[in-house]
Order: sequence, then C-alpha cells, then structure tokens
Amino acid sequence: MSAIEFKNLSKNYDTLLALDDINLSIEEGEFFGLLGPNGAGKTTLISILAGLCKPSHGHVKVMGHDVQSDFRAARRLLGVVPQELVFDPFFNVRETLEFQSGYFGIGNNDAWIDEIMHHLGLTDKADKNMRALSGGMKRRVLVAQALVHRPPVIVLDEPTAGVDVELRQSLWKFISRLNQEGHTIVLTTHYLEEAEQLCNRIAMLKKGQVVALDTTANLLARVKNPNAIDGDLEDVFMQIMQEESAS
Amino acid sequence: MNQSSLNTFKSSSGFYALFYKEVKRFWRVSFQTVAAPVLTAILYLMIFGHVLEDHVKVYDAIGYTAFLIPGLVMMSLLQNSFANTSSSLIQSKITGNLIFVLLAPLSHFEFFSAYVLAAMVRGVVVGAGVFLATCWFTDISFYQPLWILVFGLLSAALLAALGLIAGIWAEKFDQLAAFQNFFIMPATMLSGVFYSIHSLPPIWQTISHFNPFFYMIDGFRYGFFGISDVSPWLSLVIISVFFLGVAALTLKLLSTGYKLRH
Repeated sequence: MSAIEFKNLSKNYDTLLALDDINLSIEEGEFFGLLGPNGAGKTTLISILAGLCKPSHGHVKVMGHDVQSDFRAARRLLGVVPQELVFDPFFNVRETLEFQSGYFGIGNNDAWIDEIMHHLGLTDKADKNMRALSGGMKRRVLVAQALVHRPPVIVLDEPTAGVDVELRQSLWKFISRLNQEGHTIVLTTHYLEEAEQLCNRIAMLKKGQVVALDTTANLLARVKNPNAIDGDLEDVFMQIMQEESAS
Repeated sequence: MNQSSLNTFKSSSGFYALFYKEVKRFWRVSFQTVAAPVLTAILYLMIFGHVLEDHVKVYDAIGYTAFLIPGLVMMSLLQNSFANTSSSLIQSKITGNLIFVLLAPLSHFEFFSAYVLAAMVRGVVVGAGVFLATCWFTDISFYQPLWILVFGLLSAALLAALGLIAGIWAEKFDQLAAFQNFFIMPATMLSGVFYSIHSLPPIWQTISHFNPFFYMIDGFRYGFFGISDVSPWLSLVIISVFFLGVAALTLKLLSTGYKLRH
C-alpha cells in the first residue's frame, strides 16, 4: 500500500490551473522530495493532501484512506508542517502542543510531548508564550505540532526557510531518525542540497505538472554525462526546468 | 484551569480540546472579555436607571431599574456570545493559526459544537456577572427560573452560531465590525432592553415583532417577572426556529468548507 497516492488530481482556481492531472505514489518509508519553482503547485498539492483545500478533480489517499471521504482516518495518519510561521499568541509552547494533541483525541500525551520538545531543543521554552519565541523557535514548535499525534506520514513544507544552521542540522537529524524508524517523509524545499542529501526519490513540478520523477541517484546521473558542467541536484533542476520551458 | 485538567482528555474526539482551548482563550483576557462588558452594563444601569426610574413606568408593579436589569443581562449575554465565536474565528483566520484546527480530524459538527458551547460559556459568565453586579441596585424576583435558563442558553447558542457565520464570512476585521455594529448592536439595542414595545408607536411595535432579539429579551424577562409583551411560548418557538435555521446554515458552511477550505 502506498503511503500517499495522488490519482488524476487537478485543481483550478477560477481560470488558473494550479494542478494538472497529477498521478503520483509515495511508498511507505520513503524520504520523498517535492521540488519546483514558486507557483509550481507544491503547496496546493500539500494543501489538498492535508484537506485544507478541495480538489477540482481526482483523489488523494493517505495509507489507503481518501482525504475527503475518509478524512478522519487520513488526517490521523498525517502530520503537516505548514510553510507559514503561524502560532496562537494566547498560549505557551506546552499548551500549544497539548491542545494540538487534544484535537487528535490524544490525552495524557506528556511523555511524547516531552520527548519531541527535547529532540527539537524546546524543553527550556516549554512555558514561554509563543509570542516570546524567535522565528527559529516558532518553526521548531510547528514541527513539534505536526509530530504530536505520532503520524506515520509527515509532510514538511519548506521547514528550513529562514532557519539558522544549528536548527537545520538538529531538525534533519531528528527527521532522518523518524524516517529510519519507518515514517514516510515528504519534503518541499528550495534548498536543493538538502533534498539531494536527504531524499531517496524526487518529483519535480512545473506549472502544476510532474515534469520529473525518479530516484535521487538517477536524477543526478542525468547530468553526470559528458555535456554536464557539474553534477549536483541544482544542475539537474535547472536543466529539467529549461527543457520544460523549451518544450 | 490548570495543566493537569488539560491532560484529562480521554476521548477520541478533538471536541473537548477545542472547547477547552476556546474557553481558556477568552479567560486569558478576562479583563477585556468579562470585566469590561460587566462594567459597561453597570454604567447603563446607573445612568438610565437614575435618570428614568421616576419617569418611566413599564409595568405597574415593577420599577424601571428592576425592569432594566434582565434586559441588560440578556444584552450582555447576546453580544458576548456573538463576540466570542466571531472574534476567535477571524483572529485565527487572519493570523493563520486556524490551520491547526483544520488539519485535525474534527468533523464540522464537532467544530460547531466546540465553538458554540465555549461562546455560550462566555455569554453566561458575562450575563451572570452583570446580574450579580446589578442586582444590588433594587429588589428583583425570579418568577420562573426555568424560563430564564431556557431563554438564556438558547439565545446564547443562537448568537454564538451567528458569530460563527460572521467569522466564516468576514475576511478582515473591518467586515466583522460592520456585521457587529450595523446588525447585532442595533438589533439588540432596539429589542426592548430599555423599554417595553407597548410604549412605542404602532408602526415601531409592528417592526419590533420582526426582530428576533425582541423575543429573546421578552421571554427572558418573563422568567423574572411573569410579565411579557408576547407569550413566552411564542417567543420560545420563534427563537428555536431561528436557532435551528442559523445552526443548519452554519453547519452547511462548515461542511462545504466555505471560505475555510478553498
């Protein structure tokens, strides 16, 4: 069974076609990268997956559960770190995590909340109001909120945007550990070196379509040929985007 | 409310957490959400009660100050029930933190119930506060407490649901303020809080009968004095029908994701 399955997925915003017949399966245990320029449709894809917006056509399933018709099961299996740095200014870090746990019907979750806070370096901020945290710390809380109900599938929408090196490293260490323990990870990022290091497989989106889908190794091999100047994912990305613009 | 009480959620429903969060949210700023409306009601009572006590006789056996108190209690209850759902939702929408609720496996009925019940708690707390602060000004009776309870809770639920609609519809604070200042505020102020509609010219009496807020306050006041402008049963039917209509509309908006899930 696929961890995530997008089937004939399209999304229109009035006349704008944000997603155009996406067919994509992400297998359990994968560390999957979703790359593309701004406006490619990455966030729309994640929003539909998370139930934050509705597809115009097609279906999305999380571990076999349709995100629209079987939304309760699908959402319990999914943890999403949103791109925007959002928080509730009325509460402190621990309360924020306890409420998020409660929304998923999980009480007495202190042991896991303490563990997440420990791994994300939030323990000494537990009683701080969310307003008093730095941007990096708020980003850590967003990651903690996505993990609080122990979802097997975790989606990170540009989690390291504007984040310092220390957090980036500790975050990837923690997320890699979760992936090794069997969690499926889906990552969107503009830092292509992160995707290259972390992801087993990558899909590239442009104008709402999947323009490349392969293992990271195979994608890198595309430029490891005599015509290539370099051999990193950034070169592959630029090459594929230019090919798509030309076609 | 402390941390341990938060850890008592044992159900598989997120309703309790959302309800508790909404109550805790307004309680955190209780000077603004509870104390301020109570003070406003006291000022209304002191000014209008003082000026009109010897000049206005609404019902023969009841002084104007006593007449005014249930009206002020209900007005505060209505306005604060509306304010709780509408302000919480618009703040969450504009700051973006509504996403945490939208990502959770909450049904639209759980979402509705949690927001409405939390708003009812605020409405009742403010209403009780207004009563406790104003009942010292005059003798006041409880003719039929059950009617007080029924009209108080039903009206709070109705305004809380209306607040949800306003919060869902509004995209900026300005739009919400317009809804509150040009619809909720006039409808409550012109519903008989300060007067009996029998003291109005015939045309205004007729117009008042089209104002659902009039039935809320008239029925609520009946519970205190056993006197009302229309039968409390009629008021109960009208408010119940309005509540069911507004609740159905709210649930429809939530189930379709109108302005929440694009």
